Amino acid sequence: MADNIKVTIDNITVEVPMGTTILEAARKIGGDVAPPTMCYYSKLKGSGGKCRTCLVEVSKGSEKDPRPMPKLVASCRTGVMDGMEVKSMTSDKVIDARKGVTEFLLLNHPLDCPVCDQAGECDLQNLGYDHGNAGTRYEYDRRTFEPEDIGPHIQLHMNRCIMCFRCVFTADQLTNTREHGILDRGDHARISTCISKALDNDFIGNVIDVCPVGALTDKTFRFKNRVWFTKPVDAHRNCSNPKCCGEVRLWMRGEEVFRVTARKDEWGEVANASNGETGWICNECRFEKKETKDWVIEGPTKVDRHSVIAQGHYAGKVGTAGQPVLIDKVIGKQPQLTLDIHTVSDVNKPSYHLDQIEGPAHSDDFK
Amino acid sequence: MTFGEKIYLPAIAKGLKITVGHIFKKKATVSYPEVTRPFSPVFRGLHVLNRDEEGREKCTACGLCALACPAEAITMEAAERKRGEEHLYREEKYAARYEINMLRCIFCGYCEEACPKDAIYLSETVMPSNYTRDYFVYKKQDMLITDEQMKKRAETGKG
Repeated sequence: MADNIKVTIDNITVEVPMGTTILEAARKIGGDVAPPTMCYYSKLKGSGGKCRTCLVEVSKGSEKDPRPMPKLVASCRTGVMDGMEVKSMTSDKVIDARKGVTEFLLLNHPLDCPVCDQAGECDLQNLGYDHGNAGTRYEYDRRTFEPEDIGPHIQLHMNRCIMCFRCVFTADQLTNTREHGILDRGDHARISTCISKALDNDFIGNVIDVCPVGALTDKTFRFKNRVWFTKPVDAHRNCSNPKCCGEVRLWMRGEEVFRVTARKDEWGEVANASNGETGWICNECRFEKKETKDWVIEGPTKVDRHSVIAQGHYAGKVGTAGQPVLIDKVIGKQPQLTLDIHTVSDVNKPSYHLDQIEGPAHSDDFK
Repeated sequence: MTFGEKIYLPAIAKGLKITVGHIFKKKATVSYPEVTRPFSPVFRGLHVLNRDEEGREKCTACGLCALACPAEAITMEAAERKRGEEHLYREEKYAARYEINMLRCIFCGYCEEACPKDAIYLSETVMPSNYTRDYFVYKKQDMLITDEQMKKRAETGKG
């Protein structure tokens, strides 16, 4: 028997090796065929099967047993069979189910996107935009939790959590000791450290990148700026940590480095580094190297044209922007500067370095 | 030309008829500033940053107004609300600095439309003119609704 088997998803046939999940096969086709995922993360072993956003309809089980599967199946946990036919975006049942799942995920999710630092790169925001209703039918108060401090670098907003378990898997598989987990059950289930311990592991910062919502965010970037006003730049440095690839994405404003994250691929997951391994980065790279001189800048990140982050129309290398050549040639002289905005404006003062403040800025920082 | 046309008298009389007729017509102008014209209900004037009933600033510096702004006139810097500042700011995050460059602003009202917190409004006030450019960078304090305006609103339900 051949190693590769054929599977048809949304009338597109693709050959995949035995043991591939439907989701991975759909991702091989790419585009809108791939179901959205909130909990599945291909780089984390054991993830998936919790959120049900990736439900698909199997209209033909396999070549040998062509009966359709009776219910929608979670594509991240279902393996493909030879001759299987799957309907993802072409099935009304699937679209309807995704709408229902989105509604469930949003039941207890606070509507605080204007405050949340994840807004603009949030999986749940995208899912809600594509599959959600404009209003809610929920009549009760949303579930809330007491704020908990989990250390100097990571901000936990338990109210926003959708219980995807990604951060638990990350801590299990990347760090030596896992200090946080899910406490309690059912509606009370929450991400927590046992008795407010600080998360302190040299790779624990990666939980920020895997979090699909704004439940775990970067405290050093907290409220500094909106993600779409910062400019993503690919950069690297020689990290002394052997497990860290040192290849990151800097989110800059002018010459200031506001945030450092791992590079993400088209599915919103941490991309593979140049050495072929998953490009997780260490805490030192993420939280402590907030200066341009710490990094070798490779160039601007390619951003999807439809992403809100593309609104900055950013191109070219950092620091190379200048007067357009045309002005000199046509007018023959430099244009007269009638108002230097920095003499009047208080915002983005060149003398003031927001990136050097440890946590979020406060009223006394803006004296 | 005929004799009648040559003496111009009929033409003069015709012209005077129009002139005199206009004297008795309703004036198209008003004597501003004693009299002001009513604004159209969709008039978009100077920006106002709103506060809620308890006087707390509504703006959370979410940046959607700046994102929607086609002229890129709006800039802001956010800060975290500290303990003891709950009476000043409605949300955990607020705009520590908020500026609109009125030289850039085209008064399209997209910021008002984008605002999820009903924090920014375009009022029925025309933009005043000035001799210097730096006058036109409006800071948060220039736009924030004042205590007197808040009081007037509570009394009259307007403003």
